[in-house]
Amino acid sequence: MYSQGLIGADDSTEETPEFLEAFQKRIDSEDKIEPNDAMPEGYRRTLIRMIGQHAHSEIVGMLPEGNWITRAPTLKRKAALLAKVQDEGGHGLYLYSAAETLGVSRAQMTEELLEGKAKYSSIFNYPTLTWADIGAIGWLVDGAAIMNQIPLCRTSFGPYARAMIRVCKEESFHQRQGYEIMMVLARGSEKQKAMAQDALDRWWWPSLMMFGPHDSDSQHGDQSMRWKIKRFTNDELRQKFVDATVPQAEFIGLKMPDPDLKWNEERGHYDFGPIDWDEFWRVVKGKGQMNRERIKARRKAWDEGAWVREAALAHAAKRRARQEANRQAAE
Amino acid sequence: MTDKEMLFEYVLRLADDHLVLAHRLSEWCGHAPMLEEDLALPNISLDLLGQARSLYSYAGEIEGKGRGEDELAYVRPEHDYHNLLLLELDNGDFARTMLRLYLFAAFMELFWESMLSSKDEALAAIAAKAIKETRYHVRHSAEWVIRLGDGTAESARRMSEAMEDLQPYCSELFETDAVTEFVAKQGIGTDPATLEDAWQADIAKIFREARLDGDGLADGYQTGGRNGRHTEAMGFLLADLQYMQRAYPGMEW
Repeated sequence: MYSQGLIGADDSTEETPEFLEAFQKRIDSEDKIEPNDAMPEGYRRTLIRMIGQHAHSEIVGMLPEGNWITRAPTLKRKAALLAKVQDEGGHGLYLYSAAETLGVSRAQMTEELLEGKAKYSSIFNYPTLTWADIGAIGWLVDGAAIMNQIPLCRTSFGPYARAMIRVCKEESFHQRQGYEIMMVLARGSEKQKAMAQDALDRWWWPSLMMFGPHDSDSQHGDQSMRWKIKRFTNDELRQKFVDATVPQAEFIGLKMPDPDLKWNEERGHYDFGPIDWDEFWRVVKGKGQMNRERIKARRKAWDEGAWVREAALAHAAKRRARQEANRQAAE
Repeated sequence: MTDKEMLFEYVLRLADDHLVLAHRLSEWCGHAPMLEEDLALPNISLDLLGQARSLYSYAGEIEGKGRGEDELAYVRPEHDYHNLLLLELDNGDFARTMLRLYLFAAFMELFWESMLSSKDEALAAIAAKAIKETRYHVRHSAEWVIRLGDGTAESARRMSEAMEDLQPYCSELFETDAVTEFVAKQGIGTDPATLEDAWQADIAKIFREARLDGDGLADGYQTGGRNGRHTEAMGFLLADLQYMQRAYPGMEW
């Protein structure tokens, strides 16, 4: 899963105009920037923050869905959900490694997450209340993430682009799986249909918010676009997502919770109603139902696992010392 | 019991063992001490779940009453689950989780090896797939038993405590009854008692390396799982597992 429109990046940079111009030339010629290449500090910072937020989103994203693993309704669904959540952990690991090529350690990034300094996709601050939420997350949240991430396969920083190629393949599988869960529910009993509709009602708007603020309010869009870190603006991606998803809802007989939603022949796109940005910022700033819970759960896992990590290090040190002693004895 | 009922019971027990441990391991997903274990534990859980599904499907075929994997896995009363008590206990901490996994996987490695030559083709085929996965489970959990046993004073203390917690339940692995005697006689199943010495030898080696005292681990005294007499932990496990199927009976998901 789940990059979202970048929140709060600082892309100011202090290199000479000549350096910046040469760098821009490389970008414009679609050269991939690799970890050991010279790059503007603003570029490096933006990427560290972006990849870090993406990695954290994968890790925190394990929690809302993990919430339903032990309660999945069939063995097949349970296996698929376990595999999906495991994939997300794998994406997290992969992305932390990509960020590490820019000179930040996984330990540093983890610390920032646990101290509440690093952001992650705000969608995970919403609760998963029913089984249908697992379908809705796969369909909508992974669907929105794919819209963001497909262009990232061509992002200018090589390790991130390559990570995204692999991640996108798995995400589109997750998205289809989620949609299929919704389809079965929508064609099921009255109770199941109601469960599916309720999940769509709760997840639709937060999914639209995943693309980040409107272009007119987005502070960092322009520079990121020039450096080809991003290829499309938040609003462009959001529109693509709406256009792709509305027919999918219609196909399974669910109703989008937006009275203003309608096809605009002239634009060739769906028009949709206003997004509640107050809600978005409220949740980003910590007042979603699950903000505290998510970070507390991560911190608990980290704190309660400290003795395990210490033991692993202590054992490795003992083993090295014994090997060294054996080697010396043999000489 | 008829012959068919004996075989059904034998396969069902195995299926229940794997479902219940898969359930427990899956509880770690997103809560493990490090990201690598957030991947490894669900991975092992998935293997066990896959084995459980094969076994339930086969049990359903043997029974011949049209019950599929989900009817068997989800909608029986507690007494009808015949798993080892060892596997249903709460995870406890990471030491207890890993020790339990190791004790069971070390047993299952021997068990599946012996089942490769089962005269029951379906069981031999399940064994052929499971043995590869189980070898990895043994390796992974044994490494942790060694690291934690021979890590820090705190990790060694936790391992010792885990051994005290689990010791009473280990002897159930080797129990025999009419069902195991029947399948052993037919050449389709293994009498678990025949695996005890090899298991003792295997775990003794790992415990030596972990600098842990594993004496008496098989001298347990708790029993009942194979007859459906469970621990207090089982009801809560089933409350989670069966929630959807109980709340919304008879639906497609």
